[in-house]
Amino acid sequence: MIRLEARGHAAAGWVYGAPVLAVGLTLVFGAALFAALGFDPLEALGVFFLSPLNSAYGIAELAVKATPLALCAVGLAIGFRGNVWNIGAEGQLVMGAVAGGGVALALYDVDGWFVLPLMMVAGMLGGMAWGAIPAFLKTRFHTSEILVSLMLTYVAALALSWLVHGPWRDPEGFNFPESRLFHDAATLPILWEGTRLHLGAAFALAAVVGAWFVVARTFIGFQVKVLGMTPQAGGYAGFSQKWVVWLAFMVSGGLAGLSGIVEVAGPIGQLQPTVSPGYGFTAIIVAFLGRLHPVGILLAALLMALSYLGGEAVQIGLGLPLAVTGVFQGMLLFFLLACDILIRYRVRLGGKRRREVPS
Amino acid sequence: MSRFTRFAAMAAALLIGGQALAADPVKVGFVYVGPVGDHGWSYEHDQARKQLEAHFGDKVKTAFVENVAEGADSERVINQFAQQGFDLVFTTSFGFMNPTLKVAKRFPKVKFEHATGYKRTDNVGTYAARFYEGRAVIGTIAGHMTKSNVIGYIAPFPIPEVMRGINAFTIALRAVNPKAEVKVIWTNSWYDPGREREAAETLIAQGADILSQHTDSPAPVQVAQEKGVLAFGQASDMSRFGPDAHLTAIVDDWAPYYTARVQAVIDGTWKPADTWGGFDSGMVVMAPYNDRIPADVLAAAEQMEDAIRTGKHHPFQGPITNQAGEVMVKDGETLGDDKLLSMDWYVQGVQGRLPN
Repeated sequence: MIRLEARGHAAAGWVYGAPVLAVGLTLVFGAALFAALGFDPLEALGVFFLSPLNSAYGIAELAVKATPLALCAVGLAIGFRGNVWNIGAEGQLVMGAVAGGGVALALYDVDGWFVLPLMMVAGMLGGMAWGAIPAFLKTRFHTSEILVSLMLTYVAALALSWLVHGPWRDPEGFNFPESRLFHDAATLPILWEGTRLHLGAAFALAAVVGAWFVVARTFIGFQVKVLGMTPQAGGYAGFSQKWVVWLAFMVSGGLAGLSGIVEVAGPIGQLQPTVSPGYGFTAIIVAFLGRLHPVGILLAALLMALSYLGGEAVQIGLGLPLAVTGVFQGMLLFFLLACDILIRYRVRLGGKRRREVPS
Repeated sequence: MSRFTRFAAMAAALLIGGQALAADPVKVGFVYVGPVGDHGWSYEHDQARKQLEAHFGDKVKTAFVENVAEGADSERVINQFAQQGFDLVFTTSFGFMNPTLKVAKRFPKVKFEHATGYKRTDNVGTYAARFYEGRAVIGTIAGHMTKSNVIGYIAPFPIPEVMRGINAFTIALRAVNPKAEVKVIWTNSWYDPGREREAAETLIAQGADILSQHTDSPAPVQVAQEKGVLAFGQASDMSRFGPDAHLTAIVDDWAPYYTARVQAVIDGTWKPADTWGGFDSGMVVMAPYNDRIPADVLAAAEQMEDAIRTGKHHPFQGPITNQAGEVMVKDGETLGDDKLLSMDWYVQGVQGRLPN
């Protein structure tokens, strides 16, 4: 028999060491995988992890891909710390894109500096409004915020689909389901000429710094943490659980909405039936991979983004299937969870000594 | 490093580079929206890619990226191909149109071919197939073989391409059997075996005894086989997923087109063009007909195919009325390509309203 025995407390160093160890193990087993497929493991790892970054364009692409992941994950992590489970960042992202994109289309003929800020604000409000629904239902009727926020994702996707198939369809677009291309005034400025690095990446950095400040340096962050760890203690201290639910959904919804409008006003440049390949869901993984810590999340978002870019690079360069990307991401999570378990528990061989229980 | 070694290294680099240039194969990249194993759209593009390799041997080198989302990701993938020195890139989904144009602007020397789009530039051509011609053939078969007079149609998105298919099918169906009607279920996805299966089951429960699909997975054919009804495959021969149910399929054969375009690049004669090929070009092919199709029905189907190929018949030949009974195409006229390319209405005989 193998059983797990709780350690008294996790060694502080390993809490941050575990992700590093997990990445290391992923590299080792990834190399073995490539070798088993008949490729030179070092060369293949090079193609996967280094070749996407061998040009300015590639580095910028990494930031472009990581931007929505970091924006969503930073917001989600604040709720997760407080035991508020917003699983519907994807829907809030879509609604942000809808609200902000709607502004862009409504002001299609307007060329002013205020168009873009207005779109960003509308995007955040759109995400917040979508997050307000599960927050309200949770605080008023005690519904599960996990289910409600998740289900609303599909509602949001259908709403966007309806808009681009119907009222917002490009009038010159042969009835294809997409909006008009946004004008320059409604498109995020490029930060690095010759690449797609847009202003949204700066928003993501600002969100990371802001979240770190709130979590580590303010009373709000403390309240969230206490309520997350021991709700009763928080209750005795007079902290409101309802307030934390609203805070979590407003912050995560707003940031997810921002990531949505940043995607459509940045790299996409128009509304389409799908604006995100599941960033809102991947962000959940990113949040945990980053230990719910803003800086950790930034690194995790970059790593996750790199795994997508690497997956494309090995498809083009080595003819490996797309599944390799999934295998790498799966290994990363597996090793991270395994390391977590081993930090908090030790493995014991042999059954627990049976105690005589007086009947 | 001494001056000599540096010189030697440079000379060696030049030599190797020069040699590589002389024997450089034409590099052809493919961007797929679905997995190559979808047995539908992306699968057929990949079959054509393999035939390219078989045909040209060492003269071409191909690569592909599958399951590329039609959002911000596609531009990066297309850009990677261009940046890595690919000569010709086929972007095989409508949603790749604007990303293809953006990358093409950045790499004016790389040639791009975008499937099913309508925007062209100096280095971007477009191509598509007139699948609706095949729809007229399967509509003819369905009209003869339905007993319940209800045909189930599983459709992805209400875009003109799909509308043309539904309408061409229905026109041919009702030319044979005016009582037959078509029920459409939208899946909002090109490839979603789960949803396609549900749609197929729902349609059969509503009385459909023949299924037709514009989605890419073989799930509806499998359902038809299980439930003992008939079905038409999509994009590739799906008979092995339902040997009894599968009557035929409209097969996309991109190989002749891809071969011609790559040859043009090799010869240095490539120019952006707008290609829309049907039966006559070999882009649209009917899969082998099931033996259970009666001889007279088979003859009618083959006659339809032949008439379209030779231009004697047009699938959108008047008189055509829409759902409201208004005449859309007068007797003796046919619908022009511009109207076909922006089609957003149902012909009479399709049940339900367009999702809008």
